Amino acid sequence: MAARRAGAAWSYLVLASGSVVVVYPFLWMIATALKTPREIFELHFWPHAPTLANFHDVLLHSQFPRWFGNSLLVALVTTASVAFFDSLTGYTLAKLRFPGRGVIFTVILSTLMIPTEMLVIPWYTMSAWFGWIDTYWGIMFPGLMSAFGVFLMRQFMTGVPDELLDAGRIDGVSEFGLFTRIALPLVRPALAALCIFTFLGNWNAFLWPLVVVQTSDMRTLPVGIALFSGEAGSAWHLIMAASALGALPVLAVFVLLQRQIIEGIVLSGLRS
Amino acid sequence: MTPPVRPRGMRLAARQALWAYAFLAAPMAFFLTIRLAPAAAALIISLHRWNILSPEKPFVGLANFREVWTDPLFWQAAGNTLRYAVVGIPAQLAGGLVVALLLQRITRFRGLFRAIYFLPFVTPIVAASWVWQWLYSPQFGPLTRILDALGLPTQAFLRSPHEALYAITAMVVWEYLGFQVVIFLAGLQAIPRVYYEAAAMDGADGLRAFRHITLPLLNPTLVFSVVYGTILYLQLFTQVLNMTFGDPGGPLGATETMVLYVYQQGFQHFRMGPAASATVLLFGAILLITFVQLRVFQTRVEY
Repeated sequence: MAARRAGAAWSYLVLASGSVVVVYPFLWMIATALKTPREIFELHFWPHAPTLANFHDVLLHSQFPRWFGNSLLVALVTTASVAFFDSLTGYTLAKLRFPGRGVIFTVILSTLMIPTEMLVIPWYTMSAWFGWIDTYWGIMFPGLMSAFGVFLMRQFMTGVPDELLDAGRIDGVSEFGLFTRIALPLVRPALAALCIFTFLGNWNAFLWPLVVVQTSDMRTLPVGIALFSGEAGSAWHLIMAASALGALPVLAVFVLLQRQIIEGIVLSGLRS
Repeated sequence: MTPPVRPRGMRLAARQALWAYAFLAAPMAFFLTIRLAPAAAALIISLHRWNILSPEKPFVGLANFREVWTDPLFWQAAGNTLRYAVVGIPAQLAGGLVVALLLQRITRFRGLFRAIYFLPFVTPIVAASWVWQWLYSPQFGPLTRILDALGLPTQAFLRSPHEALYAITAMVVWEYLGFQVVIFLAGLQAIPRVYYEAAAMDGADGLRAFRHITLPLLNPTLVFSVVYGTILYLQLFTQVLNMTFGDPGGPLGATETMVLYVYQQGFQHFRMGPAASATVLLFGAILLITFVQLRVFQTRVEY
């Protein structure tokens, strides 16, 4: 018993030390963001007189609010599109019988293996042809559907009982109605997980937006923060304020929905 | 109950097929034009001299591949990318497993710890990369202060050709550790308790139970983690570009990755042909490595 207690104490100790290491970069970010320009090159960790001036500067003198809005728009539209089309596709592949079903599923699944960077050059060429460079559509179009989501939703849609769908058919529910009114509500947890994953992925997307965006107006938040920081030189108080402004809203949402987000990510992670 | 009459059944089947095709029309168009066709286009571009501005795009055979193949920077990028993976994935797996096992042994604050370790995973990568760049500052960063306090010499970290790659790997491990922890926790929870009880009755200690029960039964989780991690590390880009922003690829190309190489070739030097052929090579490498991993790991233990 005593040995077990000692073991538990050790576990807490190791976990707590690890947590300090994990959290330290966040504290360093916030401490720097609250310092005056001169103070960032001094030795103490925490600012003597914390100031919000850096946040004020970033918000006022960069296009930060606009970048934030761009990212929000891009992430929301792509997430809504993925949620709708991926669940509809997953439902169709799992629950409707039709010739070519296996082939279509294989084709969609095979695209999972293609890495993004292989597509970036053709997407860019395509965008140049169609005039999509530096537009919202240009940033969004590659993310409007995801093969991973189709795969995930098909897995969960398979569990929807056929009897329920047949009963709906007898009651005269349309095929689309069967999807929206019977199947979708039954896979809500999986759909939520897919939405979280997709939103995070698009909110974080960097390589493609960096390539397709050319004016400051159209930057997404990651591209904005990167180029802003690149131009800021050694103004680390501003760079950390911008990083904090980029990170804190996401972290706040995470703290609020912590359990759902982690469980959703496990749910979708393990199914793949 | 009378069985449905055949013609009516046929009509229903045809109707359902029509609905299915209607539902799949947009997704099929998407996956064909935005995924498959561009993948084929990458292959085509890799065989041409592809200047975005010039209308002439002559076929050049394997010239782009030859160019990339003989570029020392490409091989440096390939070697670095493998080093990131070989150092980062074991560190991430070992760290994740230790934290998950410890979390299983405690009763209080489990959710809190899990959330803390998960924080970096939901933090925007670009923001985190800049924080870590500042953390590694040789003049003003806290790591330098710690070394100072311990009486150790100052390190250049991101500015050292020997340390930069490991400094970035540490950041990537920090970022994905919490994800690895929750994946392991889910895997550990799926192992039936009775195995451990039986082992305890047979007098097996904790270490042997771990070797003979936990590890083998965790195999599917390990395979998933290794394959997922490999795909992640082979495509490393955002962290590297942002942590060595002024000097992308780091001192003497020490942190250059395959994707960064592609980005520089294609979008900074506007050499789309060589860039595309590098992506084709990377694609081949990812396929090959994933295939080998699945073969090796999946045949090892099957219960």
